[in-house]
Amino acid sequence: MTDGAPVNGSVLLTHEVGLHARPSVKLTKLAKGFSSKIELAAAEGGPWIDAKSIVKVMAAKAPKHTVLHFRAEGPDAEAAVAALIDLVESDFPEQPSESAAR
Amino acid sequence: MSAAAPAAPAPARPAILSGRPASPGFAAGPLVVQAERTGGRRRAGSPVEERTALQAALATAAADLATLAAEASGDAADILEFQIALIEDDALSGPALEAIAGGTPAERAWSHAIGVLIADYEATEDDYFRARAADLRDLSERVAMALSGEAQTGLTLPEGAVLFAADLAPSRFLSADWSGRGIALSAGSATSHVAMLARARGVPMVTGLGSLGGAAAASGTPALLDGEAGSLVLDPDAAATAAFAARRHASEAAAVHAAAAATGAAMTADGVAIAVHINVADPAELDRLDPAICDGIGLVRTELLFHARDGLPDEAEQTAVYRRILAWAAGRPVTIRTLDAGGDKPIPGYTLDGEQNPFLGLRGVRLSLARPEVFAVQLRALLAAATDGDLKVMIPMVSVPAEMARVRTAVAEAAATLSARGAAFRVPPIGMMVEVPAAALALDAFDTDFVSIGSNDLTQYTLAAGRDEPTVAELADTAEPAVLRLIAMTVAAADARGIPVSLCGDAGGDPRLVPPLLAAGLRSLSMAPSAVGRVKQTIAGLSLAAAAEG
Repeated sequence: MTDGAPVNGSVLLTHEVGLHARPSVKLTKLAKGFSSKIELAAAEGGPWIDAKSIVKVMAAKAPKHTVLHFRAEGPDAEAAVAALIDLVESDFPEQPSESAAR
Repeated sequence: MSAAAPAAPAPARPAILSGRPASPGFAAGPLVVQAERTGGRRRAGSPVEERTALQAALATAAADLATLAAEASGDAADILEFQIALIEDDALSGPALEAIAGGTPAERAWSHAIGVLIADYEATEDDYFRARAADLRDLSERVAMALSGEAQTGLTLPEGAVLFAADLAPSRFLSADWSGRGIALSAGSATSHVAMLARARGVPMVTGLGSLGGAAAASGTPALLDGEAGSLVLDPDAAATAAFAARRHASEAAAVHAAAAATGAAMTADGVAIAVHINVADPAELDRLDPAICDGIGLVRTELLFHARDGLPDEAEQTAVYRRILAWAAGRPVTIRTLDAGGDKPIPGYTLDGEQNPFLGLRGVRLSLARPEVFAVQLRALLAAATDGDLKVMIPMVSVPAEMARVRTAVAEAAATLSARGAAFRVPPIGMMVEVPAAALALDAFDTDFVSIGSNDLTQYTLAAGRDEPTVAELADTAEPAVLRLIAMTVAAADARGIPVSLCGDAGGDPRLVPPLLAAGLRSLSMAPSAVGRVKQTIAGLSLAAAAEG
């Protein structure tokens, strides 16, 4: 539980249709599970957008092969970035709802 | 009813509205008026009240979506989850709440906030994003309805109630118990999805009644709905009530005879056998039907499969539904029509919005060929199900021979995919609907295994009279000589090629039109299940030889 400097991470988006509705829903849902402030960018220099907002994440219109950058700030920042990178890396797997709470 | 000479304004005479019969039957009970949703119906309050109203509406809509999502699976669930995520996003509701704080009424603030987003999605190059605009519009509408206090889920009507509305969405229809009740629409169309559902379930329905007007418009007014005459009587006097009861009794007595006739074979008085098939819009209808009433299913509409929920059904789901229908038919032929969306049958996220003239736009096979990925799923599901019975696949809205050639290619690709998977399948006969005059005029040029005439569209396209246009509905009559000649040409061309020909439009179930259709050479008709008894009775009373001589 470090409440300090922002945590950064990046991952290559391999999802066939890019960051569209289904992956965006999964991503924002996961992000909302953390209390840290979490932002996402489709380029290293930003613009940074709220990773908990479906409207903003969809508006990024990130296509396949975009490198997604995450940065988080708050008590669970590290776990949040790791979980989001894992989600993108594993290509937004279909999860039954009971396992989503893990 | 003796018509008294006009003296002083008659005291409380019944108001009689007449429209077009869309589904036969009778209902007597209280009127339930469903107000038309026009912006600003709710009186706007203070910014605080408006803020509360919008937040409550968003919560209601989110709860409704969550209920729907819990029952959905696959794409439908994904789409609902997307809408839920949107509704919970402050980035969407924030600007609306800010506008409210600045004095804008809730409806306008909401429609503007989501309108900006819809416009943004619509303006993108990406097809996928543009399609999502339909989800946003769905959401926009859902919240607007919640704001105006109209619940979107569940419709509860008192015993015998007659619902009066401008139009009725299929999903609203499916959410209510209609036994003993009826539907009166000020606009609407007898060929709409909801009319098909009403006929299939025996719910009386009248369309094109116009506005209620006057003082008798309140909910709770006693109402008599006659789905056969196409009339709605409000606040009836004793004479009107008695006349209604007499018509209802006569009709029910006739229905008993018709039901007795329904299971017999259809044969004319001079011994010509006529094949009588049924049209099916919703596989759930089949549970209540005895397969013995028909020689098979002449038309399975697959639109509802794509409509009942918010997503496009996947291959396994479709295959299961097609198999269930084939199992019911127990060896009888079953003709399933590929998705016939567009025109008066939009499907959110699939059909185009904002076409100038949807009936002359991207619909039926045109849309299937433009969305090959959706078409391929349906074809594979059909080919896989075809091993279970006597399945035929029918293609809607074919206008030029090249379309059938492209369909054949798509079928071959579907077969190749299934074959590569090692799945069991059969390539069924592929036929075309004749509903565009161009197809009737040049049938010999098309590569088709059978033909089914879609009389509703053939009539409207031949007579240039829109079927949803009450002002010209009288013109759209299948009995007009031009339409009957096109039908006769189609039958002759099919006979010359030795391919089966049938008719599956509403005309096939209309006792008035059955004689001219048989005279045009048809020997196979497909109709709503509720029409089978009456049509068989009509057929039994006809002599084709006499008609040919006379």
